[in-house]
Amino acid sequence: MFTSVDDVSARLAETGYLASPAVATTVFLAARLGKPLLVEGPAGVGKTELAKAVATVAGARLVRLQCYEGVDESRALYEWNHAKQLLRISAGRDETWDEARTDIFSEEFLLTRPLLTAIRGDDPKVLLIDETDKADVEVEGLLLEVLSDFQVTVPELGTITATRRPFVVLTSNASRELSEALRRRCLFLHIGFPDEELERRIVRLKVPGLDEALARSVVRVVGALRAMDLRKVPSVAETVDWAHTLLALGAESLDETVVRATLGVLLKHQDDVLKASAKLDLDAL
Amino acid sequence: MTTPPGVAERLTSLVGALRAHGMRIGTGETVDAARAVGELGLADRELLREGLAATLLHGAGQRQVFDPVFDLYFPRGVGGPEQRTAGREDLRDRLADALTADDRAMLGRLAIEAVDGFGGYGSSPESDGWSSYQTLERLRPQTLLARVRDNVRGQGGSQGFADRLLEDEVRRRIDVFRALVAAEARRRVAERRGRDEIARRAVAPTADRVDFLFAGQDRLAELRRTVQPLARKLATRLAARRRRASRGTIDLRRTLRGSLSTGGVPMRPVLRRRRPARPELVLLCDVSGSVSGFSDFTMLLVQALHEQFSKVRVFAFVNRIDEVTGLLERGRADPEGLSSRIQGEAAVTGYHGSSDYGMALGEFAERYADAVGSRTTVFVLGDARTNRSDPNLPAVRQIAERARRVHWLNPEQRSRWGTGDSVAPAYAELVAMHECRNARQLSALVARLLPV
Repeated sequence: MFTSVDDVSARLAETGYLASPAVATTVFLAARLGKPLLVEGPAGVGKTELAKAVATVAGARLVRLQCYEGVDESRALYEWNHAKQLLRISAGRDETWDEARTDIFSEEFLLTRPLLTAIRGDDPKVLLIDETDKADVEVEGLLLEVLSDFQVTVPELGTITATRRPFVVLTSNASRELSEALRRRCLFLHIGFPDEELERRIVRLKVPGLDEALARSVVRVVGALRAMDLRKVPSVAETVDWAHTLLALGAESLDETVVRATLGVLLKHQDDVLKASAKLDLDAL
Repeated sequence: MTTPPGVAERLTSLVGALRAHGMRIGTGETVDAARAVGELGLADRELLREGLAATLLHGAGQRQVFDPVFDLYFPRGVGGPEQRTAGREDLRDRLADALTADDRAMLGRLAIEAVDGFGGYGSSPESDGWSSYQTLERLRPQTLLARVRDNVRGQGGSQGFADRLLEDEVRRRIDVFRALVAAEARRRVAERRGRDEIARRAVAPTADRVDFLFAGQDRLAELRRTVQPLARKLATRLAARRRRASRGTIDLRRTLRGSLSTGGVPMRPVLRRRRPARPELVLLCDVSGSVSGFSDFTMLLVQALHEQFSKVRVFAFVNRIDEVTGLLERGRADPEGLSSRIQGEAAVTGYHGSSDYGMALGEFAERYADAVGSRTTVFVLGDARTNRSDPNLPAVRQIAERARRVHWLNPEQRSRWGTGDSVAPAYAELVAMHECRNARQLSALVARLLPV
């Protein structure tokens, strides 16, 4: 899939995803060692985006399983299409029981859900298991089986094994501790906030109209906010939003008035806004 | 691809050092790490670092142990730099330039030179050891602040609004340099004394394994920052447990009503929903100097969990007891000053300043008896060292009889209970006492002991 770590960075950059060396190295290893990739980090640093970018680069189909409390086997793996099975039974009234029985448990009546979809077929696929920490513990057990052997057993059909392993990305906000067993099966990647240089490049890429000097100031202010002890520090997504806002306002440089008026784009709690204003001397006018 | 010779040995000792710091790394991960080395090669050290971190680590918190250990086993170089440093002023000049330009690579090289030139101590310049403290004392990088700031301004690199951020930025750059110096000194010492020993001793443990009783001020601040994420994790775990506990018996009436649409055949059993009875919690915290870090942390944790309970009341004591629930609520924004506020605003000490469990627990049983009822779980936090005064066992018995459960969390090692003035064994006969020395143990205990 990739020839070297530099190759990963270069090709991800073509899709508009600027990867730090840590991200590029881990993606490269995940592809080479054929292991799932567990990505953790604060919201808005591009965990889900990474999976999408890898799919684009590899020319692969993105299969996504969005986890939530209560997601279960029939949502994640497969389900029988009961309605269609009933129709089939009532349509063929004069056949024998054996015929009907074997018939209604065939591929035709199988509804494949993301995990099974990712395993079946020969086309390249990227399986994104998003917000794994939101799912119940039982689902983790299910994932263990799928991720270690890349196979799924449907009792009526037998075991389905992947002929071509998907590239698997699991994301987590760490709202629940994932099990040690699951972590063991994955390569681990923590995406933190990017360094100043990388973030400036991201801002310039996502907001092309923004002037270089302003982009620089934007990133510096965000960096200063992150160093403060806030309830929710701004993420990359917020930096980009802020840059868009400044562009829309036609601001040419940062000053107290502009920053005070737009601080709400970066900070989402009133205590944070107050704290940041005090630290940045916004009230000194 | 095969792994280069010698790497396998080095890798296994790296894994050994990480395991000694309590990381659970299996053979499978070590094999993966070796494969990663094979894929990435040894040429680029930073790639190697990321590759090994990806294969060996399981969580972000482990990174701060991993990085220094990695630096020891895969050092940037061996021995000192090729040429000797010219002098202190020269080095400071170049450091100022590097800080101005925020050139990380240059800072790394200067850290090596600095330790080489100013960090050696002992009879001859390179006989006994290397000290980052001494290096930084002689070099005083913090005094470069004004100079670097003016340099940056002079170059026009910073104008207008962002200018006011400059000083903090420069301060952060200086901190980076200090960390680099510390890493370099550690590496040089390790060369002399053997890296296995240094990896075990000189690398600080992750925050959740720091002993409450021995944590310094900065580690305590770090610990406090782990409260919010920890509380969130515990809250989801409790919610899940509560949900599971409420499944169970079948609600016959609703099942039958639901079966009407299927001709009276009960296709879908309906489970009875239990009324969510939120338990009440009472915390009795020893806030005397010796254990204050521990009760401080625990109080904050319970405070962060307060939504899980219908009522949380927190009492603090040294030798007198007073309710501090209100102080905790008001102080949510400022966890740092919590203990001093408790000392200042609540009546927790009487005639002397040392803890007296007998007196405090007796006063609690007398004055606040109504705080404890059949739905209340009581947590007592403290080391049960009562300075040779009467432990007042009847008071504890009385509390234990009224409450649904009483758990005593003791931050001391179990083997030290009962030594000196500790009356832990006597209390442990009346209520369940648990060893709780660090955040990791505490979170495991809280998850296990908290009522559903």
